[in-house]
Amino acid sequence: MSTHVLTDCWTMTRRELAHWARRPVQVLVGLVFPVMLLLMFGYLVGGGRGIEGDYVDYLVPGMLALTMAFGLESTMLNVTQDLNKGVVDRFRSLPMANGAVLVGRSAADMLQSALGLLVLVAVAAALGWRAHGSPAAFLGALGLLLLFRFAMLWIGIHLALVAGKPELVQTVQILVWPVGFLSNAFALPDSMPGWLGTVVEWNPMSRTATAVRDLLGGPGGEPGHVWAAVLWPLGLLAVFFPLAVRRFARLSR
Amino acid sequence: MADAAITVDGARKAYGGKPALDGLGLTAARGTVHAVLGPNGAGKTTLVRILATLLRPDAGRIEVAGHDVLTEARAVRLRIGLLGQHAALDEELGGRQNLEMFGRLHHLGARHARVRADELLERFSLADTGSKPVRAYSGGMRRRLDLAASLIRDPQVLFLDEPTTGLDPRGRAEVWASVRSLLGGGTTVLLTTQYLEEADQLADRISVVDAGRVIADGTADELKAATGGDRIDVVLRDAGQLGAAVALLPVAKAEISVDPDRRLLSAPVADRMAALFGVVRALEDAGIEAEDVAVRRPTLDEVFLRLTGPAEPAGDTKEAAV
Repeated sequence: MSTHVLTDCWTMTRRELAHWARRPVQVLVGLVFPVMLLLMFGYLVGGGRGIEGDYVDYLVPGMLALTMAFGLESTMLNVTQDLNKGVVDRFRSLPMANGAVLVGRSAADMLQSALGLLVLVAVAAALGWRAHGSPAAFLGALGLLLLFRFAMLWIGIHLALVAGKPELVQTVQILVWPVGFLSNAFALPDSMPGWLGTVVEWNPMSRTATAVRDLLGGPGGEPGHVWAAVLWPLGLLAVFFPLAVRRFARLSR
Repeated sequence: MADAAITVDGARKAYGGKPALDGLGLTAARGTVHAVLGPNGAGKTTLVRILATLLRPDAGRIEVAGHDVLTEARAVRLRIGLLGQHAALDEELGGRQNLEMFGRLHHLGARHARVRADELLERFSLADTGSKPVRAYSGGMRRRLDLAASLIRDPQVLFLDEPTTGLDPRGRAEVWASVRSLLGGGTTVLLTTQYLEEADQLADRISVVDAGRVIADGTADELKAATGGDRIDVVLRDAGQLGAAVALLPVAKAEISVDPDRRLLSAPVADRMAALFGVVRALEDAGIEAEDVAVRRPTLDEVFLRLTGPAEPAGDTKEAAV
């Protein structure tokens, strides 16, 4: 029984990887999209009022965090599609570990996000960006980013299970933009009107970006605030993980 | 019943206070095809989803292959196959990939899952298209693959929820042939359908459901017999003589239906042959020319309409409204 849980999870992860093989262009676009945003904001839009030092050093950690935040929408889309295709009905009628459906989703999305981070870091490095901290700090920064992505993942699964309709995915796809931009990814909260700066400071994504800046030694880092980037995602997970699992179990209501 | 593959007793399920199943009960014997026949919204899909452990009933005792769907869901899942109304397939993967994946999730092991996938593709004539994504399949192919996916572990009980809805006549014939090919292997099939013809063609027993309960139960012949028995149809040459012909029949006038457009009158009869000879002789004696005289069993459509009743009986509406 317990061995089946692991094989079931692996089978479901393999399913997602097989999807990648079926649509390599889409996967590639997904990886290139954050790179495009990085180039756009780094060189076309410009910005960085009041930032000491190189704007790219400020922007790269912000873009890494933004990429993780945008993952919410792809998770939600994938889960919604499965639910509406009826294939989840087949999974649920099989003698498999039920949770494997969600574990497969998580594993594949985390893998894709990790790849996305590596691509973005590689492109940034090619543009001359350098991480200034120790290798341990670099790995720590990646860990914080993936932790944030993991929280986004479960919010995405929960929203998909609650909404259940493709039309609502579209709404979320639009809403992630203002939420992503209402952060310190592109600009210092100090340079914004007071209330807006406060909203931006409270955005969990800002906490992650700040901690990553701190660990990678870029401008905009606040030493001693790494804990906030650990606690926020953990807090979100504490809320949304049980909610999502309960929702999934409640499909039988 | 010791030999029951499916036992449903007093099943209830409501969505937001609206009952979908209202004390439904039925029993399907092992190795038979049991049809659940009813209009849209009668509760057929709710029943199948409860039987397949996808939905929890509010009340009732429900057993599939000897196991309780609530307390022994896993044991039930090991023994069932489900063909839902919508293809339960991964549209992006190929047919072979789908079957292999479901085989692995049945814990057949990687090699056995591959062998089983090939067997099923061959059996359902899908071997050539096994690597094409399901998205590119025709409706009939998709249905066949879906059925193949339901049969991975040779289920003891197979649920088919409106298996031919939306298929063209050829696709329908293919599905019927596939269902027939399962029989004899001891598989019990529970089939829901809105098509009386489908129930008549495939099922050993039929439960007619309406508004979440079974309103009649039996073989097709029993249902036909129970709801009016045989009928005699007479088509006249001249519609003007219909009134005279009605008076000749040895049946209460209220039981005779008259269709002037088709110059047809139809009446229930007790003794088929006596009625046939009697009517032919009476018409001849009265000099009324008939184009066609035939004795027949009622169609399932007639049975169904009679059981569910018209939405509003035409004669009683006015009084009821006062």
